[in-house]
Amino acid sequence: MAAPTKSSTDEFIKGLWKENPVFVQVLGMCPVLAVSNTALNALAMGLATAFVLVSSNIVVSLLRNFIPKQVRIATYILVIATFVTVVDYVIQAISLDLYKALGAFIALIVVNCLILGRAEAFASKNTVGRSIMDGLGMGVGFAFALFCLGAVREILGAGSLFDVQLFHDSFQDWVVMILPSGGFFSLAGWLVLFNWLERRKAKKGEKAKVAALTEGTAS
Amino acid sequence: MTSDSYGTIFLNAALVNNFVLAYFLGICPFLGVSAKLATATRMGGAVMFVMLVASMCAYGINALLIAIDAPYLKLISFIAVIASTVQLVEMFIKKVSPALFRALGIFLPLITTNCAILGLALFQTNKGYSFPQCIVYALGAGVGFTLALVLMAALREKLELAKVPDIMKGTALALMLAGFLSVTFMGFGGLGG
Repeated sequence: MAAPTKSSTDEFIKGLWKENPVFVQVLGMCPVLAVSNTALNALAMGLATAFVLVSSNIVVSLLRNFIPKQVRIATYILVIATFVTVVDYVIQAISLDLYKALGAFIALIVVNCLILGRAEAFASKNTVGRSIMDGLGMGVGFAFALFCLGAVREILGAGSLFDVQLFHDSFQDWVVMILPSGGFFSLAGWLVLFNWLERRKAKKGEKAKVAALTEGTAS
Repeated sequence: MTSDSYGTIFLNAALVNNFVLAYFLGICPFLGVSAKLATATRMGGAVMFVMLVASMCAYGINALLIAIDAPYLKLISFIAVIASTVQLVEMFIKKVSPALFRALGIFLPLITTNCAILGLALFQTNKGYSFPQCIVYALGAGVGFTLALVLMAALREKLELAKVPDIMKGTALALMLAGFLSVTFMGFGGLGG
């Protein structure tokens, strides 16, 4: 488990896999399911969330000694809402199509439990440098998970990836994957895969332990 | 200002475009509090109340912000209003029913970060509903949320007794169920228009 002398690279890496916000902690599900119908939308949403996460982690970490304990949640939310407003206008300026596709979900980054959770659990207790690494790791992990989900849904639901057609015309689209219910199904599938991998790793670890023990007694 | 009739708005929000199963709003409490039927019902009630209050406040704030020409403050002021409403509900429930307060636990303060409520506030301003339309919309969304939550809880209580593969247990199974519920709700498409 977490040793007290964790380097900042560890903070980054844990968000990618071991504590992946989507697959392991199951946080921030609403945007994950809602905008993952194509790989591009999913990636854009992931990056927007990562930006807000890193920025709010920085500010919360800088202010952590000044914010009174009683009003901390309200303060965090206001900090987050400020950055989300920025992202909202930036995306609108860069690509109106993307803005329309993501719809209200950009504004809804405010209520992504992942961001508030990291502010409360990590940034409010750690230095700025570590908070940045934590935010980056969690943000990239989140974007990665969103992309995985979006890719599966787009490949199966529309037979394409980033709008590039992958299959022959005779490929029958799985329309259900693009519809809301497809989001639930594909996320469930990924979770099962993750559970299976974790379990296999745990079993391997046990086997290695047993092997080491028997070897020890034999010699 | 749209001319949708109240019945259409209500049906749309509650069934056709169900907030949980079609818009994916409020998934966290949907997965978190849906293990027991009794808790789910009360959680639905609490969310519905917060939705009503938040919707009315959001309408007022939006009018005010347009009047002073500062629409970029919309998000921040909405979330501030929602947070204070939730605080109020929390104090009220704590006073009236401490047992319910304990049962809802962490999910009560988390109503603040329930995207369904902020989503409702944003959608109603986008759609340009009038004040009574907003109230009907909030009611429909609340009923839809409660309905989804209660259905889910009932299914999960039954599934407690079923044998499922070990790796499917927990969230993965809940998501599967939600997927099937969502397919079912698609059957309401075309209703209400």
